[in-house]
Amino acid sequence: MKDTEDSEEDSGETLKRTLRAQRQRRRRKLLEQSSVKESQHDDEDEEEVSAVQDQSVKEEPAEKTVALRPPSGSRRGYSLKPLPVSSSQKLDTFVTRHLEEKLRAARFKGESLQQEKEVSADPASRLQSLRGRDRVTRFDRETDSVKAEEDDVSVALSARVKFKEAAKRVNQGLPTANEAYNFFTFNFEPEPAEETEELRRKKRKQKETTEKDRDEDEGEEPEEDDKEDSQDPNENQSEETRLVPTEEDLFIIDQSARDFLEVKKAEYVGVKKRAARDSELLFTPSFRKAPTSVKLPENVKPRFIEDEGLYVGKRPSVSFTNETILENRLLKMEEGLEWFGDDGRILALPDPIKESSTRPPLFSMEGDLNPAIQTVFRKAQKSKYAADPEGDYQLDVEVFGLVFSHHPLFSREHVLASRLCQLYHQYLTRQQNNLTGHLTDKLNGLRNALGNMMKIHREESLTLSLQQRISEYSLEVRDTRQLRDSEQEKDRTLLKNIIKVWKEIKALREFQKFTNTPYKLLLRKENVDPASDQQEYEEEIQAEVMELEAEKEEDYQRSLAEYRKQLEEWKLWRKKQKAKRKKKKKKKKSQKLEDTTEDEDEEQEGSELEGPEDGPPKPQPPERPDFDAIEQQVKEKASKIRRKPGEAVLIPVLSASGNITDSELCPRVEVSRRQEVLRHSLFIKILCNDKKVSKTDSRPLGTDFRVHFGQIFNLRIITCPQSINLQVFEDTGSSSSLLAQVFVPAPEPSVVTGSASLEDFEFSSNQRVMFDHEGVGSDVPLSFEADGSNKVVLLTSGKLTCGVSWGVGDDDVPLAPSASQHPGVKHSGLGHLDAVTSIGASGLYDMKKIGEWAKQSRLDPNDPKNASIMQLLKVASSGEVTAPEYFRLEHLQEEFNFVTDEELDNSRRFRLLRLRNQGVKEFRNYKFIPALENEISDKVFQEYERRLKDGETVDTREHLDSHRALVAKYLQKIQESVMNRLLFAKHRFLLSDLVVEEEIPSIGNKVPVLLKAEKLDSLEHPRQNVRERDRADVNHMLKILGINLFKLTEPKRPLKPQRKERKKVTAQNLSDGDVKLLVNIIRAYDIPVRRPQSDKAGQSSQPAIHGSDWYLNQVQVRPFVEVSFQRTVLQTTTADGPNPSWNEELQLPFSAPNGDYSTSNLQSVKDEVFINIFDEMLHETGVNDKERGPSIHTQVEKHWLGSVRIPFSTIYSQSRIDGTFKVNTPAVLLGYSKERSHGANSGYDLLRSVSEGAFITLFITIEPQLVPGEPVREKFDSQEHERLLQAAEKFERKAAKRYPDRPCITTVIDLNGKTVFITRYIRPLNPPPEFLEAFPNNPQEATTLVARFVSLIPSLPDQVSFSGVCDLWTTCNQFLTLLAGDEEEHAVLLCNYFLSLGKRAWLIIGTAIPEGSTAYVLTHEQSRYLIWNPSSGQFYGQYDTFCPLQAVGCLVDADNVWFNIQEYASPMRMSFDVSKRKLWKPFFSGSFPHPGLSSVQPEELVYSRTDEAAAAELQDRIEKTLKDKIMEWRPRHPTRWNRYCNTTLKQFLPKLEQSRGQDVAEGHRHELQRLLGDYRISGFPLHMSFSEIRPVIEAVYSTGVHNIQGSNVEFALAVYVHPYPNNVLSVWVYLASLVRT
Amino acid sequence: MATSNPSVFLLTVNGQIEGADFPEYDNLYCKYCYVYGHDWAITTGLEEGITQITCKSSLSQTLVWNFPLETSFKSTNPSGWPQLVVSVYGPDVFGNDVVRGYGATHVPITPGQHTRTIPMFVPEPTWKLQKLTGWLLGRRPEYTDPKVVAQGEGREVTRVRSQGFVTVSFHITTKDMKKMGYDTGPCNLQTAASVDQPCTF
Repeated sequence: MKDTEDSEEDSGETLKRTLRAQRQRRRRKLLEQSSVKESQHDDEDEEEVSAVQDQSVKEEPAEKTVALRPPSGSRRGYSLKPLPVSSSQKLDTFVTRHLEEKLRAARFKGESLQQEKEVSADPASRLQSLRGRDRVTRFDRETDSVKAEEDDVSVALSARVKFKEAAKRVNQGLPTANEAYNFFTFNFEPEPAEETEELRRKKRKQKETTEKDRDEDEGEEPEEDDKEDSQDPNENQSEETRLVPTEEDLFIIDQSARDFLEVKKAEYVGVKKRAARDSELLFTPSFRKAPTSVKLPENVKPRFIEDEGLYVGKRPSVSFTNETILENRLLKMEEGLEWFGDDGRILALPDPIKESSTRPPLFSMEGDLNPAIQTVFRKAQKSKYAADPEGDYQLDVEVFGLVFSHHPLFSREHVLASRLCQLYHQYLTRQQNNLTGHLTDKLNGLRNALGNMMKIHREESLTLSLQQRISEYSLEVRDTRQLRDSEQEKDRTLLKNIIKVWKEIKALREFQKFTNTPYKLLLRKENVDPASDQQEYEEEIQAEVMELEAEKEEDYQRSLAEYRKQLEEWKLWRKKQKAKRKKKKKKKKSQKLEDTTEDEDEEQEGSELEGPEDGPPKPQPPERPDFDAIEQQVKEKASKIRRKPGEAVLIPVLSASGNITDSELCPRVEVSRRQEVLRHSLFIKILCNDKKVSKTDSRPLGTDFRVHFGQIFNLRIITCPQSINLQVFEDTGSSSSLLAQVFVPAPEPSVVTGSASLEDFEFSSNQRVMFDHEGVGSDVPLSFEADGSNKVVLLTSGKLTCGVSWGVGDDDVPLAPSASQHPGVKHSGLGHLDAVTSIGASGLYDMKKIGEWAKQSRLDPNDPKNASIMQLLKVASSGEVTAPEYFRLEHLQEEFNFVTDEELDNSRRFRLLRLRNQGVKEFRNYKFIPALENEISDKVFQEYERRLKDGETVDTREHLDSHRALVAKYLQKIQESVMNRLLFAKHRFLLSDLVVEEEIPSIGNKVPVLLKAEKLDSLEHPRQNVRERDRADVNHMLKILGINLFKLTEPKRPLKPQRKERKKVTAQNLSDGDVKLLVNIIRAYDIPVRRPQSDKAGQSSQPAIHGSDWYLNQVQVRPFVEVSFQRTVLQTTTADGPNPSWNEELQLPFSAPNGDYSTSNLQSVKDEVFINIFDEMLHETGVNDKERGPSIHTQVEKHWLGSVRIPFSTIYSQSRIDGTFKVNTPAVLLGYSKERSHGANSGYDLLRSVSEGAFITLFITIEPQLVPGEPVREKFDSQEHERLLQAAEKFERKAAKRYPDRPCITTVIDLNGKTVFITRYIRPLNPPPEFLEAFPNNPQEATTLVARFVSLIPSLPDQVSFSGVCDLWTTCNQFLTLLAGDEEEHAVLLCNYFLSLGKRAWLIIGTAIPEGSTAYVLTHEQSRYLIWNPSSGQFYGQYDTFCPLQAVGCLVDADNVWFNIQEYASPMRMSFDVSKRKLWKPFFSGSFPHPGLSSVQPEELVYSRTDEAAAAELQDRIEKTLKDKIMEWRPRHPTRWNRYCNTTLKQFLPKLEQSRGQDVAEGHRHELQRLLGDYRISGFPLHMSFSEIRPVIEAVYSTGVHNIQGSNVEFALAVYVHPYPNNVLSVWVYLASLVRT
Repeated sequence: MATSNPSVFLLTVNGQIEGADFPEYDNLYCKYCYVYGHDWAITTGLEEGITQITCKSSLSQTLVWNFPLETSFKSTNPSGWPQLVVSVYGPDVFGNDVVRGYGATHVPITPGQHTRTIPMFVPEPTWKLQKLTGWLLGRRPEYTDPKVVAQGEGREVTRVRSQGFVTVSFHITTKDMKKMGYDTGPCNLQTAASVDQPCTF
């Protein structure tokens, strides 16, 4: 310890050491003599050192010879190991410490000196004065100083004193001004300012010499000085700053230390001396215990609180010696007594230290461990602390054995024997209880008591209380007697029965000539003394008779008294009657005066009067009891229930010592029974909590039908068992059967294995068993009588002897759950006191009962175990707890309601929040719901409420047709329900919704494009977002992996970059203006050309012979395209000719309704893109302005030529639309002719001739690309067979895998949201009969008519109505009722019609432009395939170039679905022969035949005739509305209507309808021309199906007819509505503008 | 400016994305954005930002960005309290920029200074093979939108691996919250006394 201390010494210490060496001698001297009384501070220090001192003192002699080390520099301590000089160093430390103390004392002295110096405030003076002053201070100190008592210090101080003082001054802290002055002005004479080493050395020497001179008396002062040097570098410094102003202080000291080295002889201080000095200086607390009296204040006796019963915690354990040391130490202190308590011990708080260590000891993992701390492997075991309610319990189930009281294999003898056994057992039990004897004794006692009482109080008159007691006694006697009698009777009958049964057994044995049972009944006779017995008997009878007599007498007396009382009453009554009668009599007498017959009359009257007056009957006097009879009765009874006097007492003894007849001697039936018995064996299964735990060994059924198991099962359980069930199984060789179950109650926790007793549990089984041998069977009537009467039915029964108890652990702790966990004991606080047993389990819920019980059992209220119950009682007694009569799940709910529900409902803010949360359309994107209620105006809800209200009313004004209004409403409802489903489905996520992951490269292309909805595009790493589209169609995964790996090496910026897919944008981050619709108008074909104004009729059919000359010379048409979307209109430049090429890109801004760019909202955008082709006509009108001269005005007119409408939803879902579209040109274009362009390319021409009409090539897309809504992944419930659904899914999946761009549909969702197999939709359905009747001979015409009818049903894309959630398919009748549906519905209906017409027709699932994925109809007619567009009613040949159908995915008919597995999907390049398995993959094939799916379609469609009048009305309304609108659109100009033209046009329209807009154009024109010769007419009929009026208006608006300016323009408008069956309406609008030329 | 009846309360977030502790990665940069509810809007400050790329020094293993955050929100409803979403990116062995972690934390509700250490995590690939290809090609799974980590919906379908920590310090100032009945002051005795004022919903 010392070594380490030494090694840690700092440089200062080393320094000290160097200095120390030379002064050792001197120090010794000092040590001997130092008698410094030190201040209290120093005292403490001294104590610390004391131990060290002791040691070093002892070592002193050895150190005497230690050579002094030459100092080797200040850093010596670092380099030099202290080992060789350890002892000296010990000494050194000791010395150092000692010196430190000294220094402190000296410093103190110095301080006081200083103070005095200040007081004196001497001017700067020389050594002398200083010396003198010093002396003064010494004197002063002697008087003044309180603490330190100094020896005389000699005056012989050299100049060093000055330095010392100064040093002290510095030590003291900041010098005062005076000091500073002194310091600087002092002339330290012997020491020049710059003290050289020599000087210094000299000084030291001088010092030493002076010290020597001073001798031992004043060793202190120089010592102090030295000390100061060695004390601390700082101090050194402070000293040196004065001594040596240069900063090389340490170095100098080193030098000086070396210089001062001086070798001297070691000095020795005697041990005794040293000890003596030590004892003066040091305090060593003794190890002996201090007497208690010292530790307490005077005259106080120690008081032991513990003995007074107060709680005293456990004191922390402190070793005795340490405690006494501490005590002694404390006693030394002034206020030490405060540390002692009343009992004279040191005050101590209870021990806070845990018994067990909380921190496990740490073991190092590597290396060989000390064997003592080697770890031992212990098997893991369930922690006892892990789960509180569960424990480690042991339930010992002892199955001792079982005895059958009846068994099917019992023979008759067995039955009797078992009965005998039972009776005997009963008898034994009775004997044991000896109720009869007990009752007899009691009776005797009572009788004696009664007799005594009577005897004592015979003389005196009986007091009332005594009488009471006597009567009580006698009552008791009577009861007891009766009880005894009945018991005696029972005993007697039992005995009789036993004997009877035994006799029966004997008879049976005799009869069957063999013995089956070992039972023998012996009747032991116990003779009694007949005389005494007789006497007893008599006495007994006598006593009884007496009592009975007395009772009877009493009864008699009582009834006699009763009788008398009644008699009195009766007499009284009679007297009254008599008196009455007398009065009457007197009256009579006075009248009759017949005295003689008075008595008789009286009697007569009395008898007469009695009856009717109904008085109390005359009581009968009680009979006197017949005492003779009593005696007789008693005797009779006694003879019946008691043995006769003198008769021997019979004691039956049943023994099982009889012999059983051997089997050989038995008849065959018995032998077989016995064999059967031997075959039987029994075992018992033990079930705990209905789980099989264990099973006993199988034991054979003995001939005595007793089975002994004698097994104990230790069940280790962790929960208290709810049930312990022992199942008795009977094993009959091959099979075992459950005989009976015995439920054993779980034992009380107090029942442990040692103390548990075996109990018998009876069991029985109602199994019916019959045998053909001697065995009596079970549940079989059995008779012992010869005649078979008196049958008994015996059931298998028996007794199982077993014991259940809790096991005892190693430490004698019962391994039982605590009572609280014990089932049945619910209340934890009551367990130990067993309240349940005292008041019953139900009583636990009754506060009153608990309270009573608590009072009775005198519960200790302070026992913490009872805290819960006391709390309960406290509450109960205060009466606050009244059990509610209802049950609440959340009874605390009300406390959390900070406002009432009504208030919450009325709160507008809350309502707003709620509606927003529900996703109600109006509020879904409501931002900043105001924080305060009053900031919300009711207006917010107005729209919403109106919508709710509107839901009920039908707005006919808007719809013009009540039927359609209803349909619209119905659709809305469906939409709502679908929307709800969507909202639900939206909250279910797939991994791909959340995580973008490099898809496992299974199919090469369509690498998912990373979606990043950030505006930080530029900041992002390009690779992260833009994914190259892997166009290679490679299926093999590894190949792709290889390619992907190959990509690693490709240049980051290739010279020929591949086309990269645009970034898709999720919708939520968009706002208005971000989204633009890009429309690229590329070119158009076959624009109608102008017809020269002056054309005659003959010229109309312009032959192609005119050739190019004509073409070149004529300005045929100057078309331009105008695109209007959301009322934004943009147009291209004007091109020339019927085949213009624009190549222009138009950007149209898009804004979503309500600013909501969510997917669902975008999908429901109903806006359409109108692409209109106009002809620009320039009219030059020369106006002769007289003032300005002639000028030419150019008037630009635009004439509508045709349009293409593309719904926004299509663009949105397709993300881009690219292709050539047929332009919807009106059937008649006034002023234009549909002339073919006759270019040189005749081959192209030929191809063109197949189709009709104009075409336009477009490319439309949305910028940025919006993510189209995903179809709902919801799995709809279905009535289809699961196998079919799985097959369908597989089929679709396979198809999608091989041909991802070919749509394949096998199952669709019907209107109820159920999945239906697609073929169920196909079924021949009758078209309206009118169509068939119209063209009975021309099936072709009928076909087109039907197609037209279908196309006239308004088209409503599902995406609009159902937000693209899912494709709902309606059946045909639903479709006709709704009158709205998308392509699929149209196609299905058309297909069904065609099938009905006897055509071969299929449904084509494919892609078309512009619809995208859609459904067409394919018919096979005259060895060619026709493709029908159901929405337009058009049909195309298979090889029609302009067929909008682009790809064919699959074909569907009523029986099957074929998927296109040909190389090409384009109809032109493929075969439609579905019988070719290589080209078409059927869904139902040999392996999976068509299961015979019934159709969902109705058998036939019922059509209603459309009301013509309603159609006419609608026609008028449309016309009026349109006229109003046109005038509205021309606010600045007068709109004149040419009535004549109107009527003319109106006449045309029905014709157009009839001809379906074909081949009537010429006629029109000519007719109009004829009629309106001087007008330049441009006009056209518009045709559309009718759903609402809005689309009609939109269509009219888009033609721009109203835009024609001019003063002399006139308009003509005609509307025709043609009704088709079932409310299908065809609407024609003829628009014309007339300019008078 | 000081109206007695404010209709909105303000929340000012000043702070720093101080740095991160990603023991395995270096040269990381961090992006942050806020996710907040319907009733919140940013009045001033950047809603999202991206830090410089930082490298570890030889002495310290932490990545330091010291990227300032200065945003003020206004709101009428504490529901949808802003959350700071941070995502850390950095190059992998082949120099591909891959995500190193996503994390989110609510902006502290109590005014004063707060330091938040956000544990970061990345989605795990579904397949082992994907893990390999993702590693090779530098296309690790990423969230479609970093804001996903601020929402609870749909997270059950993802599996993530923890990566490291990002430390963010906030200095929060609120205005008018108490006037509107929301007391978010620190929960000490001083404020507890003044909590009694009625709370309007």
